[in-house]
Amino acid sequence: MKYASQAVAKPYFVFAMLLFLGQIVFGLVLGTQYIIGDFLFPEIPFNVARMVHTNLLIVWLLFGFMGATYYLVPEECQTELYSPKLAWVLFWLFAVAGVLTILGYLLVPYARLAELTGNELLPTMGREFLEQPTITKIGIVIVCLGFIFNVGMTILRGRKTVINMVLITGLIGLALFFLFAFYNPVSLVLDKYFWWWVVHLWVEGVWELILGSILAFIFIKTTGVDREVVEKWLYLIIAMALISGILGTGHHYFFIGAPSYWLWIGSIFSAVEPLPFFMMVVFALSMLRQRRRVHPNKAAITWATGCTIMAFLGAGVWGFLHTLAPVNYYTHGSQLTAAHGHLAFFGAYVMIVLAIISYAWPLLHGKECNSPVAQRLEIASCWTMCISMLMITFLLTAAGVVQVKLQRLPEADQALSFMATQAAIEGVYWARLVFGVLFGLGLLMYLASFWLARRTREQVPALDSRA
Amino acid sequence: MSERFTKGMARNIYYGGGMFFMLLFVGLTFDTVTAVPERENRDQLTPAVAHGKALWEENNCIGCHSLLGEGAYFAPELGNVFERRGMGNEEVFKLYFNAWMKAMPTGAPGRRQMPQFNLSDEELNDLAQFLIWTSRIDTNDWPPNKEG
Repeated sequence: MKYASQAVAKPYFVFAMLLFLGQIVFGLVLGTQYIIGDFLFPEIPFNVARMVHTNLLIVWLLFGFMGATYYLVPEECQTELYSPKLAWVLFWLFAVAGVLTILGYLLVPYARLAELTGNELLPTMGREFLEQPTITKIGIVIVCLGFIFNVGMTILRGRKTVINMVLITGLIGLALFFLFAFYNPVSLVLDKYFWWWVVHLWVEGVWELILGSILAFIFIKTTGVDREVVEKWLYLIIAMALISGILGTGHHYFFIGAPSYWLWIGSIFSAVEPLPFFMMVVFALSMLRQRRRVHPNKAAITWATGCTIMAFLGAGVWGFLHTLAPVNYYTHGSQLTAAHGHLAFFGAYVMIVLAIISYAWPLLHGKECNSPVAQRLEIASCWTMCISMLMITFLLTAAGVVQVKLQRLPEADQALSFMATQAAIEGVYWARLVFGVLFGLGLLMYLASFWLARRTREQVPALDSRA
Repeated sequence: MSERFTKGMARNIYYGGGMFFMLLFVGLTFDTVTAVPERENRDQLTPAVAHGKALWEENNCIGCHSLLGEGAYFAPELGNVFERRGMGNEEVFKLYFNAWMKAMPTGAPGRRQMPQFNLSDEELNDLAQFLIWTSRIDTNDWPPNKEG
């Protein structure tokens, strides 16, 4: 840690990990409900557990991005953060709002929550991933604005590197596109059309800028490769992400009532979407090959390199698998979508946050890396989580294939009903649950590795204060 | 990467490409917004349908079901439930829908359960109207069959 204000990243990282743990617990509840339909009913119906699972994911990733930003922006700018106090205030505001929202989901029926929070004044609730009460959404906007102000002021008075310019552009884009969450027209088609301006333009647009800049930062720091080279790669990767990803939104417009030219536009551009992810893999491997120093934090390098590979598989390969309109006609809204969603989110965004925490946490405690024994446990956790998530993806893919075969492909009178098809997939869902539990163990190993690192900190030489 | 390809060129591709495709996307969006009223039969989008959409949202139906293939995949697709359960007859569908909603949850052990939402007869009618209207949207012939 070179600047004292980088320390505000700590509470963000800790809270992100707490929410991550909660996300996985509810993931396991959902996995069980897929098999034992009335599990925890009526206390926690499926829709409530799912809302908690997905909303926790989004919120903890935002906490992770914010922590990453507070860590890397001062270092890139070579100046202290504009206002660490504001960062702390926003942390508590966001944390309290987040916890209250989750409690609202769990403790009152959703319709009652909508009524209590005055949803009829500005109806924004009840749409996938955007289930938050309108006041929570307003809170998110306030937190984002304060956060961007704080980071923007820091960048304005410090060194303007490509990494922090790309990062701030990504963050501004994140805030800007979130505003579409407030637009909820009575026309279902337009509602769905602009809903994707939040969801798709986040995860296949501006979030990739955030991902790219964090990745570039970690590789500059751990390989010592010349900044010029890294920045050229970063520009190329995000250029391809936007060129393919913006019109790639069209792959969501095939069957929701939008005009049929989207069948072509969506298919063609989203077929290019794996390219930026492939470039990330090539980038990571070529940085490692050209490295000028051997960084002692092997765990962080494992996470960062793994992130590019898993993101390529999840977002690239599994996305391409069902993105062409003639294929998507049969796979749209099947378990194949769930397979792709899980691996893509994990590979691209979960892993980059775990990577930056892995890199920054020891530095925030005055060490360049964790002890060898803690790193071994952490690397084992990386493998455990990656293998479990790959297995979950394979199994959900198999479930999707069965679903297409029994329910979608046959003629109307021979096709199996949705529920009959689900019964036929039950065995696959059991196996998925097993790997879900294993994934949870992987997460516990990751967290335990930091506890172990704390106990074995004296085994690592202290940071050179001039470094 | 070759020396001739400079960082400046990469930056220009990023800014130029990003701007160009965003503008193109906005242009296509204008065209889509113009084309949607006919494809979704906006003239049939009555206050009852609009109220039905609000009920759909306030009860978080998307948390279990999918609608035009989007949502959760825990319960059946409802974009075409009018055809599947009403066989295209509005009266038949409303009778079915009313009875179904009032019978929830079934309480059958081990089966997936749908909560009881305690909707009034008028609310059930509007929700049904919303699903009927939705089933008539031009979705490029999706889903492949009535099972959704």
